[in-house]
Amino acid sequence: MQLKPTVRDAVSSLRERETRYKLSVYALAILGLLAYLLPLHGGLMTSIKTISEFAQSLPMAPPSPSGFTLDPWFAAMDILGPSMINSFAFTIPAMVFSAVLGSLAAYGMTMVDWRGQVGLMALFVAATFLPKQAIVVPLSRFWSIVDIHAILANLGPLNVWNLPYVQDYHATILELIITHSAYGISICTLLFRGYYLTIDQELMEAARLDGASITQIYREIIVPLSYPMFAVVLIFQFTTIWNEFFYGLILSAGGEAAPVTVALNDLNSGYAQLYNRQTAGAFIVALPTLIVYLMFGDKFAEGVR
Amino acid sequence: MPDSSTALQRARRSDFLRSLPFWGVPAFLLGLFVYGGILWNFVLSLTDFQGFTLPTYDVTNFDFEMYAELFSDPTFWTATQNTVVLLVVFTLVTLVVGLLLAILLDQKIRFKGVFRTVYLLPFSLSFVVTGVLWLWMFNYNVGVINSVLRGVGLGFLAQHWLSNPSLQLASVIVALVWQYSGYAMVIYLANLQRIPTEHYEAAKIDGASWFSTYREVIIPQLNSAAVSIAVVVMVFALKAFSWLYVVFGDNPGPAADILATMMYREAFVANQWAYGAAVGTLLFAVSIAIVGPYLFWQYRRGEL
Repeated sequence: MQLKPTVRDAVSSLRERETRYKLSVYALAILGLLAYLLPLHGGLMTSIKTISEFAQSLPMAPPSPSGFTLDPWFAAMDILGPSMINSFAFTIPAMVFSAVLGSLAAYGMTMVDWRGQVGLMALFVAATFLPKQAIVVPLSRFWSIVDIHAILANLGPLNVWNLPYVQDYHATILELIITHSAYGISICTLLFRGYYLTIDQELMEAARLDGASITQIYREIIVPLSYPMFAVVLIFQFTTIWNEFFYGLILSAGGEAAPVTVALNDLNSGYAQLYNRQTAGAFIVALPTLIVYLMFGDKFAEGVR
Repeated sequence: MPDSSTALQRARRSDFLRSLPFWGVPAFLLGLFVYGGILWNFVLSLTDFQGFTLPTYDVTNFDFEMYAELFSDPTFWTATQNTVVLLVVFTLVTLVVGLLLAILLDQKIRFKGVFRTVYLLPFSLSFVVTGVLWLWMFNYNVGVINSVLRGVGLGFLAQHWLSNPSLQLASVIVALVWQYSGYAMVIYLANLQRIPTEHYEAAKIDGASWFSTYREVIIPQLNSAAVSIAVVVMVFALKAFSWLYVVFGDNPGPAADILATMMYREAFVANQWAYGAAVGTLLFAVSIAIVGPYLFWQYRRGEL
């Protein structure tokens, strides 16, 4: 069967419109892609150029063979290395503590009914919006009054700080672990609560009728069901605590316990002209979160929501 | 003793007490570090705590002197003004850019995951990292932006983005939008995907153009998403310290100084602890003014 010419025209003009629409959507999406990658690309290219190369070439252009070098990466790694270890040392425990405490709190305030839980929950939610500026002065006072170093030194027959591998500045790492755990609780509670509200209440009811205690329900039903949410929360907390700067700046005060973000800022303000070393340092600091983000992007997006 | 045993039984059955082991420790830590901190900070702001002496908590000496001093301090007013501009402009631009990105990714295109990953990527980075990268973007002599402008023959547009007072705040906003728009996109996208396709089709049958379909049918359905994003972004703008500190140091100057940077400078650089604590308390009050109504609104909608 032959279509009438007018119908054929209409169909082809529709198709044309469809193609035009598709092309413009892709063009915009790709334009956005380039714009969003530009700061990263410019930094990455600069980080593998010699000083004379980055001063003369376009910042987005790859280095010429004679201007290529990995020295900025090695130099930045030398400077940031110790603080990188510090950051891992407090980020990993703090992310675990805040996730576990958040899960416990969310369970206690969501799955068990008692009066006043909405009020307490509101305090948890409000705490996620807390401006750090409203508590940093007391926080620095708190850690100068609660002297972890002295407390641990007098704990038992032997002084912890005399043990091999234990350094005095590890007391500050402990402060960072406790601080980040405490301030991470509210967001973790919120994330777990959102998830627990979706769990089927009948399942819980059945377990309760079988005589399970609320502790058993938590251990045997809720925790296994929470594994995917634990992944979301741990990833979110890892990224948040690793990236954090303000508490790190205040608590470490530029000392040996400095987190890697504080060390990068020092590198940045110390060598104002060595852009290749600074951008290399930025990528080294970003690498752990970038790896986590690229591996678990969906989970990260879920945590953000 | 039947009486005490029933009391014991009742206590054992009380869900309040039985759930206490779960939320007790987290609530204690939250009470100590967050709410205790806020209270302590307020008390400190009433003292004359400064320099290297210890604060004295003498009730008879508590007064609002620091707040009175603040309100007559021109630095405070310029910082407040910049904070308000940042709060409003940055939030609006983030909402618009995030919405555009979300609509773009809501179309039928391939590699959606790749696009989404890239748009959200800046949000996963530390402000220290993005601060270093944007210092390089904005660099006058060899920076990315000025090089691009010179490369396409628009060299006359090349600017001292970070040192020209009339451009500083705009540059801050550009960089922060780059970092936060992906967040807005993710929230918008989740809400867009919940809108049934019939809504688009009905509008199409009614002869509505693509633009008016979005303006009249789709975007109104995203209002609650927009409110959530706006609250998060505004509270962030209120305390946006790290990026500014990395880029400008502890004193960004009158054109880019905000309350968050002023607070750090007064307390931790000038050691005017009580004065800094007063700025911190005000920041807390403003964040409550933003978050309080939002939480109440959420509670009424049954979403809390």
